[in-house]
Amino acid sequence: MYRYDNYDHKIVNERVEQFRDQTQRYLAGEIADEEFLPLRLQNGLYVQRLAPMLRIAVPYGMLSSAQVRKLAHISRVYDKGYVHFTTRQNIQLNWPALEEVPDILAELAEVEMHAIQTSGNCIRNTTTDQFAGVAKDEIEDPRPWCELIRQWSTLHPEFAFLPRKFKIAVCGSNEDRAAFLLHDIGLQLVKNDDGELGFEVFVGGGLGRTPIIGSSIRKFLPKQHLLSYLDAILRVYNRFGNRDNKYKARIKILVKAWTPEVFAQRVEEEWEHIKDGPSTLTDSEFARVKSFFPLPEYKVIDGADSAKKLAATADSNIAFSRWLDRNTELQKQSGYRSVTLSLKPAGVAPGDVTDKQLETIADLADRYSFGELRATHNQNVVLTDVIESDLFELWQQAKESGLATPNIGTINDMICCPGGDYCSLANAKSIPVAEAIQRKFSDLDYVYDLGDLELNISGCMNACGHHHIGHIGILGVDKKGKEWYQIQLGGSANKNASLGKVLGPSLSRDQITDGIEKLLDVYVENRIADESFLNTYQRIGIEKFKERVYAPAT
Amino acid sequence: MPQLLKDKRVIDDAWTLVDTDSQSLPDGDILLTYSQWQTFSEQLESHSGQIGVVIEGNAEIEDIIEPLLKLPLIAINFPKFADGRGFSLATLLRERYNFNGEIRAVGGFIRDQLYLLCRCGFNAFKFPEDTDLSEAAKSLEDFSETYQVSADQEKPLFRRR
Repeated sequence: MYRYDNYDHKIVNERVEQFRDQTQRYLAGEIADEEFLPLRLQNGLYVQRLAPMLRIAVPYGMLSSAQVRKLAHISRVYDKGYVHFTTRQNIQLNWPALEEVPDILAELAEVEMHAIQTSGNCIRNTTTDQFAGVAKDEIEDPRPWCELIRQWSTLHPEFAFLPRKFKIAVCGSNEDRAAFLLHDIGLQLVKNDDGELGFEVFVGGGLGRTPIIGSSIRKFLPKQHLLSYLDAILRVYNRFGNRDNKYKARIKILVKAWTPEVFAQRVEEEWEHIKDGPSTLTDSEFARVKSFFPLPEYKVIDGADSAKKLAATADSNIAFSRWLDRNTELQKQSGYRSVTLSLKPAGVAPGDVTDKQLETIADLADRYSFGELRATHNQNVVLTDVIESDLFELWQQAKESGLATPNIGTINDMICCPGGDYCSLANAKSIPVAEAIQRKFSDLDYVYDLGDLELNISGCMNACGHHHIGHIGILGVDKKGKEWYQIQLGGSANKNASLGKVLGPSLSRDQITDGIEKLLDVYVENRIADESFLNTYQRIGIEKFKERVYAPAT
Repeated sequence: MPQLLKDKRVIDDAWTLVDTDSQSLPDGDILLTYSQWQTFSEQLESHSGQIGVVIEGNAEIEDIIEPLLKLPLIAINFPKFADGRGFSLATLLRERYNFNGEIRAVGGFIRDQLYLLCRCGFNAFKFPEDTDLSEAAKSLEDFSETYQVSADQEKPLFRRR
């Protein structure tokens, strides 16, 4: 993965000192609350319901084992011994003290980490596919591009005070695992007819109050122009985005108001002035950044033989076999698999891990995965490049630490925001709803029979839990001081991205799990062969689901 | 005399900001809004002092900028510090229009933005009168290295590392 040189170290260390000075001046009463607010947000520090919350950047989800051990240490010394993985592949501490945040940042800087721009109206952490570099359907490894974007966006002088937050995702494969069409900018790596690498550029996607799927504004952007084109998009947005109403301030509103065609034209006009300037990427820079993402030294493995042995092990152990089936993925390198460690056992807030578990994860990465791991936008952890013959051993160790719940991609692998238990924006709690669903659907045979099913829960319409793109989405709403839950059906974040439709009136907390069960019954009764929930919904429509959920009790 | 932070030094500010409802022009170096500059265009021709214009962050400068480029001073107003449009305007003035005069930040910007403002091409900062300017000037030195191209850095880090 990318390693800092003296320049990167210097910038991050100076940022720590800048924030230390700002914090001291704030505590001394020299900076007003409203001025300190964006300064602390640009360093990932929120003031939440119970305590501050510090969001640590994990650029495009990549972590080294040394970084994970440092996070375990930080969570122990400065917090309550656990951390939370977010849907932007970042990590949050829920209970740090404001006075100690500069020290936490200094400790992070030692392992080449920071909290720069993890919040606030600026360019946020760039996200990508958790299987980057090993996915079978990959066109090009997106990580070097994400790193180039990370450096370009870090402390960009012109774009630190945008109308609203700004999120970029890069997709390097045929299947989309980064929800890139639901980002302010979505970049799809493509090759043109001459085999040259570039990007199809999408803008104006996003969730939140006004969910919109991104529009293509350029079919092919040659790779060397990436940064100047991003500058052009951001400049147009910075100048003309709405600043009067924060709910109309995302770029998607501007793109919609102008139409994607007009927006594209404005960007092209701006770009004409800066195209071919000094920001044009060079071959030596491509080579430098790419060199940080080499293929590991794979052993030559007889794929067929390895598969046969693995199948034999799986045959003799049903629990291992379930895990193998749900929690591992084939790679383009034969004889190797990617393993998803589930952070969604029942009874734990989705995405939460303890300091001890973090250390186990670091050990597993060192032992089986070349010392690296990835945070996923589904709030799990991925270990890539595991030799198939090591899988059984890895599974046993992961199981002991509660990291091997065989539920990846099932209804119990839900995306869930921190909700009303922590977040001051939330209208309703989300974690207890996730737990109730996991407890209700604890029969693995039933869960596996349901197959791939994405269930996403947000505690308010800001949609941190991505409820719009869940096959089943749950949105917490507040009605006269009581928590209610709206159900949406049919959302999806793949390349044919679609936004969920509201099923009908909201359900109370008591009704929500029964409501979900009725939805699943309708699916099971109506599915054809091994059709997925989403496909069945798309074929039969929303009515049958609606009738069942709102049928009067008999 | 009022003070100003300019080119990283605290200096006397000899410029007078013309009142919005002023019917005539004061003597000496004067700073006017763009609409005043239009209104007083005849008087300005015989004005003995220097002339500068304040533009707003939301100005469509493409339409108005040409005659302003001859002035020694263009000020950009920040209606509030979180309004980042001025960062793009200064960048355009320096990089696209090659404006070499003073670009002065006025209005609601804050000390902690100085480093970034400076990178975008601002070289003068008009703070409220009671500000300790030499203390504020420390924020100009927050960073000594940077990744991007900007008004004060013509090569991105990847062309220098």
